[in-house]
Amino acid sequence: MQNICKSFHGRYANRNINLHIKSGEVLGLLGENGAGKTTLMNILYGLYRPESGEILINDEKIRIRNPHESMKHGIGMIHQHFMLVDKHTVIENIALGYPETPFFFPARFIRKKIDEFAQRYGLVINPDKQVWELSAGEQQRVEILKALFLESDLLIMDEPTSVLTPQESIDLFAIIGRMKSEGHSVILISHKLDEIVANCDRVTVLRKGETVGEADIKDVDKRILARMMVGREIIFSFEKKDIAPGKEVLRVQDLHVNSDRGLPAVRGVSLSIHENEIFGIAGVSGNGQRELVEAITGLRKVKSGSVHLHDEPITNESARVVNSRGIAHVPEERIRFGIVPNLLVFENAVLKHHHAHPFASIMFLDYGVIKKHTENIISKFRINSPSINVPAKHLSGGNIQKLIIGREIDKNPSLLVASHPTYGLDVGATEFIRTQILQQREEGAAVLLVSEDLEELFSLCDRIGVFFGGRLTGIIDPKTATLEDAGLLMMGSTAENK
Amino acid sequence: MKYRIEITDREQTGQLFSFGVLLLSIMCGFAAIGILFLTKGVNPAYAIWKIFAGSFGSFYGIMETLTKAIPLILTAAGLTVVFRGKFWNIGAEGQIVIGAAAATWIALKIGALLPSPLVLVLMILFAAFFGALWGIVPAYLKARLGINEVISTLMFNYIAAELVRFLVIGPWKGTTKYGYPYTDDIAPALFLGYLPGSRIHYFTLIMALILALLLFYILFRTKFGYEIRVIGESHEAARYAGINFMSTTLLMVAISGAMAGIAGFGEIAGIHHHLTYPETVSAGYGFTAIIVAWLGKLNPLLTIISGIFFAGIVVGGDAIQISLGLPAATVQVFNGTILVFLIMGDYFLKHRITLVTGGHETWK
Amino acid sequence: MEIAIVLAVLKRTLMAGTPLLLATLGGIITERSGVMNLGIEGMMSVGAVTGFIVTFVTGNPYLGMAAAFAAGVAISQVHAFVSITLEANQVVSGLALAMLGIGISGLWGKSYIGQPLPSKIGQIRIPLLADIPFFGELLFVQDIFFYLAIALAAFAWFMLYKTRAGIELRSVGENPKASEAQGVSVTFYRYIAVAIGGGMAGVAGSHLSLSYSKSWIEGIVAGRGWIAVALIIFAAWNPARAVIGAFLFGGIFVLQYLLQPLGISPNLLAMLPYLTTLVVLVILGIGKESRKKMHAPAMLGEIYRRGER
Repeated sequence: MQNICKSFHGRYANRNINLHIKSGEVLGLLGENGAGKTTLMNILYGLYRPESGEILINDEKIRIRNPHESMKHGIGMIHQHFMLVDKHTVIENIALGYPETPFFFPARFIRKKIDEFAQRYGLVINPDKQVWELSAGEQQRVEILKALFLESDLLIMDEPTSVLTPQESIDLFAIIGRMKSEGHSVILISHKLDEIVANCDRVTVLRKGETVGEADIKDVDKRILARMMVGREIIFSFEKKDIAPGKEVLRVQDLHVNSDRGLPAVRGVSLSIHENEIFGIAGVSGNGQRELVEAITGLRKVKSGSVHLHDEPITNESARVVNSRGIAHVPEERIRFGIVPNLLVFENAVLKHHHAHPFASIMFLDYGVIKKHTENIISKFRINSPSINVPAKHLSGGNIQKLIIGREIDKNPSLLVASHPTYGLDVGATEFIRTQILQQREEGAAVLLVSEDLEELFSLCDRIGVFFGGRLTGIIDPKTATLEDAGLLMMGSTAENK
Repeated sequence: MKYRIEITDREQTGQLFSFGVLLLSIMCGFAAIGILFLTKGVNPAYAIWKIFAGSFGSFYGIMETLTKAIPLILTAAGLTVVFRGKFWNIGAEGQIVIGAAAATWIALKIGALLPSPLVLVLMILFAAFFGALWGIVPAYLKARLGINEVISTLMFNYIAAELVRFLVIGPWKGTTKYGYPYTDDIAPALFLGYLPGSRIHYFTLIMALILALLLFYILFRTKFGYEIRVIGESHEAARYAGINFMSTTLLMVAISGAMAGIAGFGEIAGIHHHLTYPETVSAGYGFTAIIVAWLGKLNPLLTIISGIFFAGIVVGGDAIQISLGLPAATVQVFNGTILVFLIMGDYFLKHRITLVTGGHETWK
Repeated sequence: MEIAIVLAVLKRTLMAGTPLLLATLGGIITERSGVMNLGIEGMMSVGAVTGFIVTFVTGNPYLGMAAAFAAGVAISQVHAFVSITLEANQVVSGLALAMLGIGISGLWGKSYIGQPLPSKIGQIRIPLLADIPFFGELLFVQDIFFYLAIALAAFAWFMLYKTRAGIELRSVGENPKASEAQGVSVTFYRYIAVAIGGGMAGVAGSHLSLSYSKSWIEGIVAGRGWIAVALIIFAAWNPARAVIGAFLFGGIFVLQYLLQPLGISPNLLAMLPYLTTLVVLVILGIGKESRKKMHAPAMLGEIYRRGER
């Protein structure tokens, strides 16, 4: 790929990117969130069209206008967020992408071919199950099968391990190894240095939309790559003061919560969080963390068990009551749940608290107070916004998150529940958010931090509870435990049967 | 020279630009309607001119227009509230009719027993109450069971219409006017006064203006209005924010139903003075009000203006209906066409379309 | 004697259910692609009036049917353009088209009110099969719309579940992003689905004017289009269930007339179809609240933007 350029909303996502890969090679594409890696690969795959630049295969210029054409050229992509139809079976999903699917009775044909591939590459899968019934690792195998069906020479994998446990990741790289030996090439997009160093032959580093370097893996190490990625030495640890935890703030006892489909999602979880303490929840998404958070914040009813705040029961109280007792919540999907994109910034600054003093009297909203409050938050949290009168959707992800956190923290909560707060944010915003969380801890709050980022959890938390299958498989002390310990717990082995 | 059309999101929209797009949409709508008229052998330019001449070109026309604007403003103002909450109340037609029926009933029952001002107040309250009721049931069904409100409110329309038809032909049939599907007239003391030289029942008109102002205030200055808007924009955020979906929905739909009911009251006390066939009483106002609300950008105050404008179309439409032999359903053509063009116009408000010329060779 | 009455009632039921089935099937195809079509009432109206006029003028009811199909397709494309390409709110767009269709139907039909057709769609008798006692007369001596509806129901079911096109159509409604990523054009499928839905609604409307009724009546569709929208939900977006639902409701329409001799006011009876729709929706809502959500195409009514970040 040469000199590729692409922009969205007037901001550059890719600028003059150059990248090349040889057959039988694994190329790592490294960069932080927002560096432009996914955009670039989407161009290669045909989902986006570049504004300028060229793509050559075997030194021949080609045009890729849509995924059809890239597939014809032998390019396959496995996206970070799976492109699968949940309600359809594995067979139907594979049939969807495969051009040779017969028109009538496609199921029979596809089933046979799945068997063939499963044998050849060691992929175990039940073709008649519906996708929503599969684990993340199994879903990924469906995606891989799709690519294999298309006989892709070049396979692009976008953050493939973000949904896998450490053991599943090892399996994945074994499969990639097999593909490499069969002559396929793989572009591995990742922001995880360890992965890239361990599995790639070469690496290209992107920062802020531009290529900042490329090298053979044997010539570089983590620190050099990290510097290329960020532009400065990364300090992976924060100033975390040693404070002894105070009184108990949150107590969860034997909590059982059901998911949307009525199946048990949280199965008998008990934990307690104290003042001046950050309690982390580690684990792959989908193991019940969301339901736990919703139960604590009043967004979901519990089946049995109890939740106490400062020794007072709040089990099954509404979100409004829970909020008024002093629990703040920074939600998982900030744009869907945390703000109303079409409403103005100052209107969003009081979401959740709009009904009470000082923002409102019995019936009316006091816009004067609201706007001042908004200005306050904007300056205190260094939010970049053209004015407070624009729709919130015009803010960047990082600024939206800062607005949300500013709004929640402003109330001096006893308990701050933060769900994947730094997901998808650039380094500046991420550092800022983490600093805020630590600050809350210092000021006496209790923090429940749910995250998939083990590094984040290890550096911020005082204790980490690991979730698997709706249970806490163990609680570890980040000062003494290792990432591998956490990984094992994430996969289901409890402290006893390690 | 290569060129292509580039479509990007528009960040800001100026007031003037918005208004311009609105105007353009309406004109395109009229152009389309004109084409439809052609198919009936009607000269479109003549027809459209006649419409506006009929409604705004004479004293009588203007008075009639204002008269028809009253129920439109009332109903549309109520609709802006529920549309903001993304509750598609298509049942305003039925709510108007039920309100009218309730008002007639109380007037006939106790009209002679109590002083007229009191009876009038009772009529308004009953009309509002039953209109609200007619809306609350579908609202509850949506909030509790997730039932699509478009279908449910529409079904209630049909039920209301058949109910009233049954009443005026059957149990409530009047004894004074033989052979007509009317109830008896309500007491003359209950007839609303007109502005001289017209049929404008100013009492209801003033109520409409005050209520529109009140609703504007509610939508943009109260907690309740804020919660309605949050629910309309994002269900998930509303839930996260602790907003009670059920109570907010019920209340906002009650308001919309009540407004429509009051419009029904106005038509009985001010125009017909008795209950008759539902089509005559509600005359499609419930549907037209949808367009009026949309045209008013879902702002209760602006519905005053768009209400008058559309009343003009209705009056003018009536005029040419008679002179050109067009059926009553013609107003639905107006409704549908203008709404379509309004939505199309919204597209231009959200996106900027530019023609990119020259430049590098990019892929098409 | 009794049997003859039952037979007549059942036959009339099947006839009453036919336009509902046609419209519902079309709506299922449209909604499976993720587009909500609330304009069915308008499309049926346009089909009814177009079919009537063309038949009146040409004397050929089959031409009328074809014209009705074309009219339904044509008006549906406005909805398609507005909601797919212009990404407008599908509820409002559908509603606008419903109003427009009803209006056009009234406008064009005005001069034909009360006039009978020179030639209507008659009943077709299928030899041999029609000789089966009772069921033969019931099922195999019907007009062409009925046979068409049943055939289309079977065809739709087969197409949706046993062909590749069906998988692609359903995927477009469930997960347009994934479909696009696999090279399936969301826009293409949605436009086609809307066109099919509109065309079938048009044909459904023409059944009312060409076969069911004796002459042109204003408001001939009488809310059946809205009932069809409810039937789509009742059918859980499955053509097989649509058959059951459509004929059930056909029965309700016939029931009105059956109950009249009991002395109940015809107006109160006229409420039956609409009340039944409500009751059915409520039962569905109570019964399988979460499962119903599992049946609806996941992205129904949601706007899809190609290449969205």
